[in-house]
Amino acid sequence: MIPALILLGVIGLLCLVGVVIYNSLVRLRNEVKNAWSQIDVQLKRRHDLIPNLVETAKGYMKHEQETLTRITEARNLARGASSVGDASKAESALSSALGQFFVVVENYPDLKANQNFLSLQEELTSTENKIGFARQFYNDQVMRYNTSIQQIPRNIVAGIGGFQAREFFEIKVESEREVPKIDFS
Amino acid sequence: MWEIVRANRRRAAVLVGVETLLLAGVGFAFGEALSPGAGLVGLGAGLALALVLFLTGYLAGDRALLALSGARELTPGHHRHQLLNVVEEMKIASGLPVMPRVFIIDDDVPNAFACGRSPRHAAVAVTSGLLKRLNRDELQGVVAHEIGHVVNRDILYMTLVSVMVGAVAILAHVFLRSTLYGGVRMRTQGRRQGGGAQVAFVILAVVLAVLAPIFARLVYLAVSRRREYLADASAAVYTRYPAGLASALEKITSSQGKMARSAPAMAPLYIVPPESRSLAAAGGSGSLWSTHPPTNQRIAILRSIGDGRISYQAYQEAFTRASKQKGLYSEGALAGSRAVEPRAPAPAEKKKKEQKQRLRQVTDLLWQLQGFRFATCACGLKFKVPGSVTRSISCPRCGRPVTESGAGPKDPDSSESAAPAR
Repeated sequence: MIPALILLGVIGLLCLVGVVIYNSLVRLRNEVKNAWSQIDVQLKRRHDLIPNLVETAKGYMKHEQETLTRITEARNLARGASSVGDASKAESALSSALGQFFVVVENYPDLKANQNFLSLQEELTSTENKIGFARQFYNDQVMRYNTSIQQIPRNIVAGIGGFQAREFFEIKVESEREVPKIDFS
Repeated sequence: MWEIVRANRRRAAVLVGVETLLLAGVGFAFGEALSPGAGLVGLGAGLALALVLFLTGYLAGDRALLALSGARELTPGHHRHQLLNVVEEMKIASGLPVMPRVFIIDDDVPNAFACGRSPRHAAVAVTSGLLKRLNRDELQGVVAHEIGHVVNRDILYMTLVSVMVGAVAILAHVFLRSTLYGGVRMRTQGRRQGGGAQVAFVILAVVLAVLAPIFARLVYLAVSRRREYLADASAAVYTRYPAGLASALEKITSSQGKMARSAPAMAPLYIVPPESRSLAAAGGSGSLWSTHPPTNQRIAILRSIGDGRISYQAYQEAFTRASKQKGLYSEGALAGSRAVEPRAPAPAEKKKKEQKQRLRQVTDLLWQLQGFRFATCACGLKFKVPGSVTRSISCPRCGRPVTESGAGPKDPDSSESAAPAR
């Protein structure tokens, strides 16, 4: 009788621990999802801004059709991306294309004076920043989640519950790697 | 970071406790003096006042402070997009649950503050002078500093300090003025109403005369300089560009003046305490800057972490280097915190920089003809030294020792830009 009770108690305790771990894993996974949705909002915003930008710039930049088509193509590719890995690649390409575009814009003072263009530029700069900051936040959450599902004893519960490791979201643009020059003047 | 949050909650509780005790004590003494045995009524009145002050501070402190400074809210769709964008960027970077409310104060003096009781009920206010003078990166640094206060829960404590202690200080001040300068009128009225009230007024006046400066001082004593460093550290990590906040602080201090509407109790809230005559009067001489650490030291710390990966640890190391003090964060508080890659400055600035650089090259040549030499510091600052100076120099911006040009810690970027001048 007593051994049976002890066995029952141990099983009950294990179940309880399992439930607690499972719930904490669900919470972590939802935090990752939430962090991703924040990036997603900003990526969509950027995709929506680009047609306007191209439309505004077209009239001024007769000789830069190539740059503009590259942006549009990169944008369409990025819109179609489904997995985090694909999105990473496509969005990196889009960021590079936009970076080149803003370098070229320096040669078109008329375009730079256009009020519509200026507000678009501010919106894009801000969206770009938001993507960067949201990415940082997302990667932190992914790191926590991935570490969590790999640790004993959580990995057992994670295995049973079907929790899978998430991918990091990286955007690689040349200018991001550049160490900032500080000018004191 | 939870340690900082807990410490701030604890301090807020202590503040409320001390304030309640003080007011109850004053109430009791006043009641006893008025008529023996009425001390308990006075005690009750003191407690009631403390409760009212706490509730106002907690529930409406942010509104009171914003109204006091004449701030107006900026709603989405407003033409000043950039500020809203920058605040949203920092909201994302810091992982705040909701977007703080954004306010603008119409004042040409550049300054900013944050208030509210929790990250869900927070507000950030900047002056129009700040928006006018700062570029995007600098504005981002200032906003990040304020969001740092929000995340660290400094805002709850600071709002309570300003409202509760500040209100008593102001009340006492106003009452004191009216009784001392309006004394004659009151005495004649008092004679008509009977002696009790007159005696009470005199006693109250004396008590308040003692209490007013004490309360005003309390605001300053209650504020630790440490929290400003902590908010700077947060700003560096959130923006990944400490030079932005550093140059913003340079601009803010260089064009500081008296703000049109700044109450003395609000001074510690601002990113750089505004100069104000009433502040000096309330706090006594010399305490004007005591709520904040010296700004040039804050700048020096921010400048000297700009050349590697940015993290709270890096800020702590720079802090120790510059202030010769240890332990901005306690052991373990930084466990699991992240280090981030520095970010490049906003692209719009590059063109201006190129122009400046060309001008600089020409003037450098002229300086060189005068016999000046150039020294380059690792923080990126290149400065001129008269030919007659032979001893070693420390960098005027970040404080690191610099030997002669090229011999000091080398930064490839700046020495490259210095090369054509030589």
